[in-house]
Amino acid sequence: MKDKKSILGKITASREASLMIVLIILCFVIQMRNSSFLTPSSIGEMLKNNAVIMVMTLGMLNVLLLGGIDISIASTLALSGMSVGMLIKRGIVTNTFLCFMIAILIGAVCGAIVGLTISKGRVLPIIATMGFMYIFRGAAYMVSSDEWAGADALGSFKDFALNSVLGINNIIWIVIVCYAIFFIVMKWTKVGRMVYAVGSNREATMISGIRADRVEFFVYLIMGILSGLAGAMAVTVYASAQPNMMYAKEMDVIAACVIGGVSTTGGRGSVGGALIGALIIAIIAKALPLVGIDAIAQNTVKGLIILVVIVLNVVTQRTMDKNVLKGREM
Amino acid sequence: MRKKLLSMLMCMCLTAALLAGCGSKEDTTASKSADTETAEETTEASNGGYALVTKAAGNPYNEKMAEGFSDVIKELTGTDAIIKHPQAATADAQIEVINSLISQGVSSICIAANDENALQAVLEDAMNAGIKVSCLDSKTNSDSRMTFVNQAGTKEIGTTLMEAILDITGGEGQFAILSATSQATNQNAWIDAMKEAMETDDKYSKLELVEVAYGDDEPQKSTDQTQALLSNYPDLKVICAPTTVGIAAAAKVLQDQKSKVKLTGLGLPSEMAEYIGDDDAHSCPYMYLWNPIDVGRLGAYVSSALVNGEITGAAGESFTAGDMGDYEVVDAGDGGTEVILGAPFKFDPSNIEEWKTVY
Repeated sequence: MKDKKSILGKITASREASLMIVLIILCFVIQMRNSSFLTPSSIGEMLKNNAVIMVMTLGMLNVLLLGGIDISIASTLALSGMSVGMLIKRGIVTNTFLCFMIAILIGAVCGAIVGLTISKGRVLPIIATMGFMYIFRGAAYMVSSDEWAGADALGSFKDFALNSVLGINNIIWIVIVCYAIFFIVMKWTKVGRMVYAVGSNREATMISGIRADRVEFFVYLIMGILSGLAGAMAVTVYASAQPNMMYAKEMDVIAACVIGGVSTTGGRGSVGGALIGALIIAIIAKALPLVGIDAIAQNTVKGLIILVVIVLNVVTQRTMDKNVLKGREM
Repeated sequence: MRKKLLSMLMCMCLTAALLAGCGSKEDTTASKSADTETAEETTEASNGGYALVTKAAGNPYNEKMAEGFSDVIKELTGTDAIIKHPQAATADAQIEVINSLISQGVSSICIAANDENALQAVLEDAMNAGIKVSCLDSKTNSDSRMTFVNQAGTKEIGTTLMEAILDITGGEGQFAILSATSQATNQNAWIDAMKEAMETDDKYSKLELVEVAYGDDEPQKSTDQTQALLSNYPDLKVICAPTTVGIAAAAKVLQDQKSKVKLTGLGLPSEMAEYIGDDDAHSCPYMYLWNPIDVGRLGAYVSSALVNGEITGAAGESFTAGDMGDYEVVDAGDGGTEVILGAPFKFDPSNIEEWKTVY
């Protein structure tokens, strides 16, 4: 019986598939209104302009899988980005690769502090990261010491975001590599499965011998590393480092995850879903000015679309759960 | 319990390590901002002293304004100016600072107000105590000040930007405006002034304003908005961005895409140095901003003229501001008076190299 599922049945049985349909419909509607939307250059621009959000979405996926949340990520991004910006401006570091490594290291330190506070200190994630949100943002202002690093001061570092390999922009390569690694790790490795295990039933996992606190620390560490990386990416993409950069963007990252079907209570979500969620956020940002929605109404429309997608998501989830139960009764 | 303590300790160690790793620079900033609120530079002046209250610590623009102010005061009186940077950009923080200045008995206060009305009570107290109160950069309501040093009149900015657009387009064609947020008072006033200039002067009749886009002073959104303008209006000739974040983001988009569309507006020289140039490889031929040093200097001359009794802040009076020339106090249109610094300052390929190191 089960082998002969209709296509419709298959679609409603998979969150990713239903999200994919939303994505396609969205693209179709926008393309009807403005034919310049689905061109290679336009898609490339969109991915580049949203690469930072897309990379951080991966980290947030892990955090949410554990039932946690991290609202300090935009501040971590600003601290790492600002530090790199000032290092280049003062001529201390000029090597692009080294700059990325430093940014990742700063992100890792921030992530480790957050992780320790939450996993060992047993502070509620939203409270702990709220504190670090202010601390890291403040530190970014201190690093900037009343200055910005503009395009002129950033030298060859800003060229990284302009160059491409095999016709694909360097920044988009970073996104592709990150998603590939996470797809493999989350699906087929022990570490990835442990995150799911701790997220869906912490006590049971602890009884079976997995150190839940270590997994928790690890998850925030990864989030920090990705935010640090995103900091360097933001500086090279916009050729500018300012202490208030990407202010409040953690909300877009969380929204991308939630749209992608990641449950905020933990245990549910996938890399594929996160990717589609991040793409939907990117498309909304790119398309709203393109289709000629009044400037003042754009944020309202953005919120409405996010809400509609999430409601659709919840409905699909419910039908999925119902179908599973039906199977059992039979 | 011990575990908790241990983790707390580790957190603190890591934070310290992190801060230490961020460079030695912030030590000075930290101490600077720590004692700005307290008695920094109290010149032991129980009587006299020229005070400047900026919007907040930690902004290159404010620093430059303070620099100009102190230089002139030093030159005129031989004493140091009293510079106060409040901890936060709020009216509350400024009220605290002003109260301490009143008890110090300064002779003048020049303030960049964080709120138009909230400072009225404390500034009236100051004026009743015989202190000459003026504003610069951002004004209070007319009852709370004697006069206001306006960095550039709204009308001057509107016409200067329209002149620039007229010049860059070559006299005709489409242009768009990339603003900050749709509620930004100063941005809207400048855009209205631009529209008014277009209506009143026939030479702008062949220019067409196709859209006012809002980038929310955010590089990401400004980039999206600029790209949308480019694809929605293939005949677009000029984008005018009267906001520092917006103009830098738009400049980057145009320059990276090697677009034929040119850019002008209001921007910071250090942010825009890369994009300013006459050739096709640069997206911005020239742009404008006022000179914060001159704003500070004129603020100092106004304070001095008020204290010396040269002016009282009534419309029609005039005074000499050193080598800056003669200035007149004019009606500000809000019931008070103002002194207008002049048309905004032009940054072009000939002077950008010099200015990018300043601010």
